Amino acid sequence: MNRLGWALADGWTIARRDLIHWRMQPGNVIFGWFFPVLMLLMFGGLLGGAMERPGGQSYYELLVPGIFALSMLFGLEGTMTAVTTDAAKGVTDRFRSLPMSSTAVVMGRCIADMLDSLVTLIVLAAAGLALGWRWHGTFLEALAAFALLLLLRFALLWVGIFIGLSIKNAQTVATVQVLIWPVGFLSSAFVATSTMPDWLGAIAQWNPISSTATAARSLFDNPDAAAASWIGDHALVAALIWPLLLITVFLPLATTRFRHLSR
Amino acid sequence: MSAERVIVANDVRKNYPGGTEGAGLNGFDLQVSAGTVVGLLGPNGAGKTTAVRILSTLLEMDSGEATIAGYDVRRQGKEVRRRIGLVGQYSAVDEILTGRQNLVMFGRLNHLSHVSAVRRAGELLERFSLAAAADQPAAKYSGGMRRRLDLAASLIVAPAVLFVDEPTTGLDPAGRLEVWSGVRDLVGAGTTVLLTTQYLEEADQLADRISMLKEGRVVAEGTPDELKAELGADWLDLELSDPADIPRVLALVGGLADGEVRVESLRVSIPVKDRTRALVEVATSLSEAKIEPEDITLRRPTLDEVFLHLTGAAVPA
Repeated sequence: MNRLGWALADGWTIARRDLIHWRMQPGNVIFGWFFPVLMLLMFGGLLGGAMERPGGQSYYELLVPGIFALSMLFGLEGTMTAVTTDAAKGVTDRFRSLPMSSTAVVMGRCIADMLDSLVTLIVLAAAGLALGWRWHGTFLEALAAFALLLLLRFALLWVGIFIGLSIKNAQTVATVQVLIWPVGFLSSAFVATSTMPDWLGAIAQWNPISSTATAARSLFDNPDAAAASWIGDHALVAALIWPLLLITVFLPLATTRFRHLSR
Repeated sequence: MSAERVIVANDVRKNYPGGTEGAGLNGFDLQVSAGTVVGLLGPNGAGKTTAVRILSTLLEMDSGEATIAGYDVRRQGKEVRRRIGLVGQYSAVDEILTGRQNLVMFGRLNHLSHVSAVRRAGELLERFSLAAAADQPAAKYSGGMRRRLDLAASLIVAPAVLFVDEPTTGLDPAGRLEVWSGVRDLVGAGTTVLLTTQYLEEADQLADRISMLKEGRVVAEGTPDELKAELGADWLDLELSDPADIPRVLALVGGLADGEVRVESLRVSIPVKDRTRALVEVATSLSEAKIEPEDITLRRPTLDEVFLHLTGAAVPA
């Protein structure tokens, strides 16, 4: 096998470790998958009644794609925790002392987390459908929406690996995790940005989470929550550009940080 | 490359800018012959772990040279990693996976086929007496079992050199004995082992040769017996009954001491050259001063004293 072949094979071996975790401790992973569903029920059930939707439309039509995008952001927490824990417990060092390419370690994380996010989306979509959310566009458009969501997750994965390698202990991880929430909430995930004060709405509009949520809503043909603005009108492009930008910045940062573990 | 020297380090230097992450190395030298166990002994912060991390390619040195089995740790990292096993300070096994799943995974990462990895895992579990717990999650293992699993994981492909970094730190005495017997078995099988420890007893038990590390530099090197002999003097221990006597005793025996007299609660230890004469003189002068010690004994120096003598550091309990 060539270098890339081995890197993929080793990456898969490392990713399989996470799959075994799912089997050995199903409680944890199932909670992880159902947590976004809980958010969906919480916000939909608690606030849905107070949301005036045109034509008596269900709030879930707006909320479900928002929670999709939000769950991609919250996936970051799992990535960070896994990376920090492995480094702290010496597992990363053990991997690094093996005669395999260092790419494989990062690739393993990547494969496992993307699979996890895929299941998260499937569970969430099933819950959404059960609550009355529908996509009104074509099946292909729906697939494209899910692809954009996973692209956002892939981009945030590198942010997570970078932060995970940069912080040394579990307590700091908890702090960073708390900081992720306002980032997620300051978006069009729950409400139209036009309902916010102008300056806040503008920030929320430019949140990458909003771009992906808006793009997904437009592909699902769900109601739009973006105010009329440049970024709102070009959500599809923004939902591509934001993740690509994040990847361009954080993929090199994360891999450099990984190599510099030896400094 | 000399066929004999499996580990060679010449003037290795490593400086941590902040000085917080760990102790650096200031001209670290080491030569280890094939098939021997070398103990790297030193207090916390002496640079033991830094040395192991550099030799196992996990950390880059600032300057100097080091080779493992003739391969340069800086330029031929992958070749080095093919020939080493590393047991780090923590049991670096996946706690959710079973012992067997861990070993199969590390086998696959050493590029064994699935069948060979499974077979090898079985052999190692047997060898390290983990067969009964093989299919339990590693989180349920005792500290000693986890370290043995850790040892097994670093032996999947018989390494030429095994690094064992403080293998028994935090283990109870039973766990310590388990790990020691594991390391002894390896030595029987001809593996070269570099063991770091703060426990003198451990180095004395396991190592053929000991390098004592202080502030990132080897300050003494030799077999445990050589190191003990280097300190030379025998010790005369006086057990007193009254702490108030200590100053008077010190004044009386000061002239006999061949080195620094040490006081530890009620025990006064005097390094002496001529055993019998010292014994007689001390006994006589104490009796003249009407001081009755609880006990007087003569003994050879312990490694602890060598350690203290050379590093000036307190001996870890």
